[in-house]
Amino acid sequence: MSTPEIAVITDELEEKRSLVAKTWDLCRRQPLGAAGALIVIVMMVAAALANVVSAYDPELNDLEHMLEGPNAWHWMGTDEFGRDILTRIIYGARTALAIGFTAAFLGATGGLVLGVASAYFGGIIDLIVQRIVDVVMAFPLIIMALVVVATLGPGTENVIIAITIPFIPQCARVVRSSALSIREIPYVDAARALGFSNGRIILRHMVPNVMAPYLIMLTAFVGQAILLEAVLSYLGMGVQDPTPAWGLMLKGGAEEFLESAPWVSIFPGLAISLAVFGFNLFGDALRDVLDPKLRRM
Amino acid sequence: MKCFNPRIAIAMVIGFALGLGAVASVSAAKAQKGGILQFVVAGESPSKDGHRETTYATIHPYAPMYSVLIRVNPDDPQSSDFVCDLCKGKVPKPTEGDTKYTFKLVKGVKFHDGTPLTAHDVVATYKKIIFPPQGIPSARKAFFKMVESVTAPDNHTVVFKLKFPSGAFLPALATPYNWIYAKKDLDEHGYNWHRDNVNGSGPFMFVQHQPGALVEGKRNPNYHHKGQPYLDGFKALVAKKMSVRIQAIRGNRAAIEFRGFPPKARDDLVNALGDKLKVQESDWNCSLLATPNHKRKPFDDARVRRALTLAVNRWEGSKYLSKIAIVKTVGGAVFPGHPLAATKEELTQLAGYGTDIEKARKEARQLLVQAGVSNLTIDYNNRDVDQPYKVVGTWLIDQWKQVGLNVKQTVRPTPQFYANLRKSHENDVSIDFNCQSVVNPIADVSKFLCSAGNNYSQCEDPELEAIYDKLLRAASEKEQRSLMRQYEKRALDEQAIMGVTLWWYKINPHRAYVKGWKIAPSHYLNQQLDNVWLDQSMM
Repeated sequence: MSTPEIAVITDELEEKRSLVAKTWDLCRRQPLGAAGALIVIVMMVAAALANVVSAYDPELNDLEHMLEGPNAWHWMGTDEFGRDILTRIIYGARTALAIGFTAAFLGATGGLVLGVASAYFGGIIDLIVQRIVDVVMAFPLIIMALVVVATLGPGTENVIIAITIPFIPQCARVVRSSALSIREIPYVDAARALGFSNGRIILRHMVPNVMAPYLIMLTAFVGQAILLEAVLSYLGMGVQDPTPAWGLMLKGGAEEFLESAPWVSIFPGLAISLAVFGFNLFGDALRDVLDPKLRRM
Repeated sequence: MKCFNPRIAIAMVIGFALGLGAVASVSAAKAQKGGILQFVVAGESPSKDGHRETTYATIHPYAPMYSVLIRVNPDDPQSSDFVCDLCKGKVPKPTEGDTKYTFKLVKGVKFHDGTPLTAHDVVATYKKIIFPPQGIPSARKAFFKMVESVTAPDNHTVVFKLKFPSGAFLPALATPYNWIYAKKDLDEHGYNWHRDNVNGSGPFMFVQHQPGALVEGKRNPNYHHKGQPYLDGFKALVAKKMSVRIQAIRGNRAAIEFRGFPPKARDDLVNALGDKLKVQESDWNCSLLATPNHKRKPFDDARVRRALTLAVNRWEGSKYLSKIAIVKTVGGAVFPGHPLAATKEELTQLAGYGTDIEKARKEARQLLVQAGVSNLTIDYNNRDVDQPYKVVGTWLIDQWKQVGLNVKQTVRPTPQFYANLRKSHENDVSIDFNCQSVVNPIADVSKFLCSAGNNYSQCEDPELEAIYDKLLRAASEKEQRSLMRQYEKRALDEQAIMGVTLWWYKINPHRAYVKGWKIAPSHYLNQQLDNVWLDQSMM
């Protein structure tokens, strides 16, 4: 092997080692964030491979085995219809993530567009947009979501809409504050002086510079959306049976079987807590990593 | 002379003591006056009008505010013994070849607004129920097919003239929804006024309705049954979640729930409260139905509707669902156990009642193929009440999946559920129920008639109407039984107009201090609360 080839391989190894070292370094600096990321990754893998890792059909009744406690065949026991709780939790992760990511992405992206546009155009547009944002933000998140789902009716699609709507102003407000400072930077003036269109300036020069708060909000929203979905399903206004959803499972268990079969509600409750905890830890760590002020500290 | 026997003496002392105890218990059982009865109701009434509604959520809070002409004996509601409420003396015997009933009314009865109650009010009420104008719903209109006219020859006499003799007339008359409204209210305010307003002559007067929270009534001092009611008032607390209702009784925030709890809830309450709790149980004249929308394709095809009923394993459902829900008995259209009900052998001849479920499901799949149905997703309307709607609903979805049908369930709060079921019909199949009060199979099965006010399937079947017409006129029980089998075969099998899932089973655990209330085979019966009292010593 010639010397240049050896040099290339050494560089690659060095690069790889440095990536592992960087990740390890990040984990050491952000142990809670790493734990959160691990939870999120496990959840995503379980959701993606639900039909591979689960031994049972999440919706199929098996009445002969109704309300069995945790055992070798059903590690988390069965519910009142004999359905395997572990299987329903794994499939429930799919529901939670699908709703969580969709609502969070739509909410954060909607907020990004609104926030940047509001900051860039300023004047009367900014005034009107921000007053609307004020009005929407005056309602607590859960109340807003309940109002929307009560109007549209229950169901997965409506739950996504119900969660997305209150997210938009939250993200818009944060993004606008970042975008306002970027608007004053000379290169934006320079771009305008060169005759670039508003769309190009917003998309090429402003949006990339507000990606950090956008990503932080996005991550935080996923956890919130999972919790909101669980709340709405628990209240009977979200996902409908027999679709596996954690809030719905918690409701069914807590309603009737808390005393005689506590596992029916304990495990879905744990799943909700763990998922929200994971996303919150991951979101906090992401904020620390992306925030230049905190990074310097 | 015989010696004094100490055993006899001890026995006499014990006997005397027991006798004293019995006397004491009799005197303790004397109804006490006072107190407010707080009870929980699982649903919110769609309106305050008993004539149009079919739900306990209307009966429980509002029946105590109204009087009826006759009713099931409140002291023995399990019997088919009818007694007068507004009529005087005993329930009259029919005359003129059993086609005329003449009721004499109690004098001096007043509505809560002070208006005297006369025979003209009774006539106006029954005209609204039996011959409602176009657009005015009357859920039990079909019960009175035999009635030709209702008249008031004087202020205190009401005459019902029948087209033909019918044993179904008196039970229909004793239906607890037949609240007597003031003619003045109907004339002045119209037939929709009672949807939002209350003016009855019952034991309790309307105080307030806080939507979603409570309905309150207070004692009517001018109630026509002397000495009653015993309670000062009642509060019907709306609590949609069963866990809340159970905890309300457990924590003594409410004394009773009149509808019924599932076995698990009963067991939890018994374990927690011991002798502070009393449990009453009964068979329930209530069946849970799956009602297809006959105006929607492919449910306009009887083969598809038959497939729906064939897919359901009722016998297995009965065995297991009775452990977690307020359902138990497998039955056809008639209250199980009644002489007119199908025997098990007769039932197994109907589609969906066979004991070989694999054979039935194979037939169901074949029928779907014949009807050209594949990858069908059923839009299924359910009610946001746990017991038994959502439990049985989840089970039904699984049953239908076994024959390749997909189901998208939409659970709606009670008012929206009814609006969908009755008016908008925005579903393929809806959960439905045939909950009747007085056990009166000939009237009860009228639900399956396409002309019935409470049949929401949008079906059309003149042949079933013809069978029912014969059934109404059948004189002997043998003939009634034979016609009932034809009726069931037509309604549940050949046309599968609706599918009966399981019959309900009533379990009422309540605080032991609630006295006077006796369980009936229906959660609609015996709800005027005029004979209910609270044992202050046990509170």
